[in-house]
Amino acid sequence: MKTSRRIFLRNAVALSVGAIILPSTVMAEKQVAAFQAGTVDDSLANLFESAQVEESDKITIKTPDIAENGKVVPIEITADLAKVESITIFAEKNPMPLVGKFNFAGNRKGWLKTRIKMGGTGNVIAIVKADGKLYKASREIKVTIGGCGG
Amino acid sequence: MNRRQFIHLMAIAGASGLLPKTLADTPTDPYDMPNMGQVRLLHLTDCHAQLLPVYYREPNVNLGLKNMRGRAPHLVGNRLLQQFGIKPNTPEAHAFTYLNYSQAAEKYGKVGGFAHLATLIKRLRDSYGHEKTLLLDGGDTWQGSGTAYWTRGQDMVEATNMLGVDIMTGHWEFTYLAEEILANINKFKGEFIAQNVFVKDESLFDGAPAFDEDTGHAFKPYTMRNLNGVRVAVIGQAFPYTPIANPARFIPDWTFGIRESEMQSIVNTVRTQEKPDIVVVLSHNGMDVDLKMAGRVSGIDVILGGHTHDGVPQPSQIKNSGGMTLVCNAGSNGKFLGVLDFDVKNGKIKDYQYRLLPVFSHLLPADQDMQTYIDQVRAPYLGKLTEKLAETDQILYRRGNFNGTFDQLICDALRIQGDAQISLSPGFRWGTTVLPNQEITMEDVLNQTCITYPETYVREMSGAEIKMILEDVGDNLFNADSYRQQGGDMVRVGGMDYVCEPTQTINQRISNMTLDDGSAIEMNKRYKVAGWATVGSQSPGKPVWDVVADYLRDRKEIKLDKINTPKLINVDDNPGLADYPV
Repeated sequence: MKTSRRIFLRNAVALSVGAIILPSTVMAEKQVAAFQAGTVDDSLANLFESAQVEESDKITIKTPDIAENGKVVPIEITADLAKVESITIFAEKNPMPLVGKFNFAGNRKGWLKTRIKMGGTGNVIAIVKADGKLYKASREIKVTIGGCGG
Repeated sequence: MNRRQFIHLMAIAGASGLLPKTLADTPTDPYDMPNMGQVRLLHLTDCHAQLLPVYYREPNVNLGLKNMRGRAPHLVGNRLLQQFGIKPNTPEAHAFTYLNYSQAAEKYGKVGGFAHLATLIKRLRDSYGHEKTLLLDGGDTWQGSGTAYWTRGQDMVEATNMLGVDIMTGHWEFTYLAEEILANINKFKGEFIAQNVFVKDESLFDGAPAFDEDTGHAFKPYTMRNLNGVRVAVIGQAFPYTPIANPARFIPDWTFGIRESEMQSIVNTVRTQEKPDIVVVLSHNGMDVDLKMAGRVSGIDVILGGHTHDGVPQPSQIKNSGGMTLVCNAGSNGKFLGVLDFDVKNGKIKDYQYRLLPVFSHLLPADQDMQTYIDQVRAPYLGKLTEKLAETDQILYRRGNFNGTFDQLICDALRIQGDAQISLSPGFRWGTTVLPNQEITMEDVLNQTCITYPETYVREMSGAEIKMILEDVGDNLFNADSYRQQGGDMVRVGGMDYVCEPTQTINQRISNMTLDDGSAIEMNKRYKVAGWATVGSQSPGKPVWDVVADYLRDRKEIKLDKINTPKLINVDDNPGLADYPV
């Protein structure tokens, strides 16, 4: 029997409660620095050994073209790459651009869906670590004050 | 696609017999349309609840930039006539352009009106065969008049039932409360469809109703109709930016978006599972978004579009990886009815004919049942609607990228009544026209202002805030990527002027902001600003129609001394610009 979307969502919420580890409680010094960094480059330097990042069209970032609400912008990232180790998300224009780094254990599919906060129009950047290398893709999301539509 | 490729494509289309019949073939009786093929689609959109015949002036400013420059719908006046081979000084030229508007309007009379539309639709269905005809409504039907506002859209639900609308999608329909929308859809005898409206995950979790809990679709995404053996799929596309352009607070459970990949997968599913002869998208995207979508999604035969109120005489033929998609846009305010006949053979479209018929009310006798219904709807409100507020010595209209004269009147009223230096008014594309030397009635004011969030405000804003608002709305109109446009016109201003360079990017378009006295608007100085139609939260002031009505009752005669249209840079020879003040 097919699981309905509602049941699936309930289960997903139940699962995720067990999995969340608050960054502040166990965060190493470098990770704190990565979150506090004011630019994507500074943050990256604290997260990864190498600064070598390759643009990749194997990474798809699905977002609305214009955010309905900048406080909760849905984004879905799919990395069609072998041996995905982590996906890191940045909102380039945010005062603290690092949104989060998601580690993938074992041979999982490089896919995640989440919501991020965006202060204004800017690029969302996905850095995917796969088979020891870093790959990158970005997509601009427009955040507007709204109104005046006809 | 650039202009050269487009022309090349048109040449191919012509050679293969796909090119539409030209308007020169117009028969003597403008509504005597020859029958062709096996299926007739009638397309009505953006009537904005105008039950009675109206005047509606088409724009003299409708700029197309970059790849949209000079392409339909971004053609005005003579450039539009030339592109579509319409003779000047004809009824059609009057219907499609602003040229010589007031005199021509006196000559040809009002347009639209549901009683006249009913007669036309009945005639087109009778002559073709009811079993082979579909009537599609692209939305913006339940909003735009006093009676629609007072009945929460219900007067229009019944009017569309009587008109025989088979299928519709929406935009301003979503400016009522969610439960009212669902109740109205329940009363609607046709089907309400939208593939791009979803119930938010958290709302679904809390038990909000959905058409399909598995997919999250809030409404039925598409419907199949069998028209005398021809299988027609119709996919709905509601206005993608409803919760941004209009208050999200009325519809907290629903999320929208263009949803291009979802559209492609629905088209693919429909093609594989339903084996349709024709795939139609009934869209409220706005024409620029429709054109982009037609180039990127394959498998759609025709997009019947609305939202941007473009009355385009012939379809745009857009090539994509699956072949060709037609894009039609059918104007607004009941002024036009699109008629698209398809000749289908072995599951493929062989040929088509399209006419966008202007609905000249005096050429079409009123349908008696519909007229009786309209009179009955209006009866309780007649005294209020027909109140004469003032006289105008000039034409009052809205449509166009920048301030129309009716906008100026609204802006002046807001500024004077609110004792403000500057006023702001939304760049809606609806709002009917008042001819020179006519009385302005309460109904005229309501036709320009009737929304479910009409409250006004007067508050202080810094020059920087005002510039930010102009830049933000300007980018919704002129963004180089049509998927990032919202389809409204520029915010209207009173008491201030500015310079606008539409081809620039956000934060670079607006400069030289000055007050009416010529003094510069300084970024860090504060100004008293009046406005209405706030989407974020409810404003504290009176409804805008009461502010405007009070102003008109005070003045009695309206003469506009100054229109606050911006000075434009770098668009001098744009085919979407004519008769613009320098």
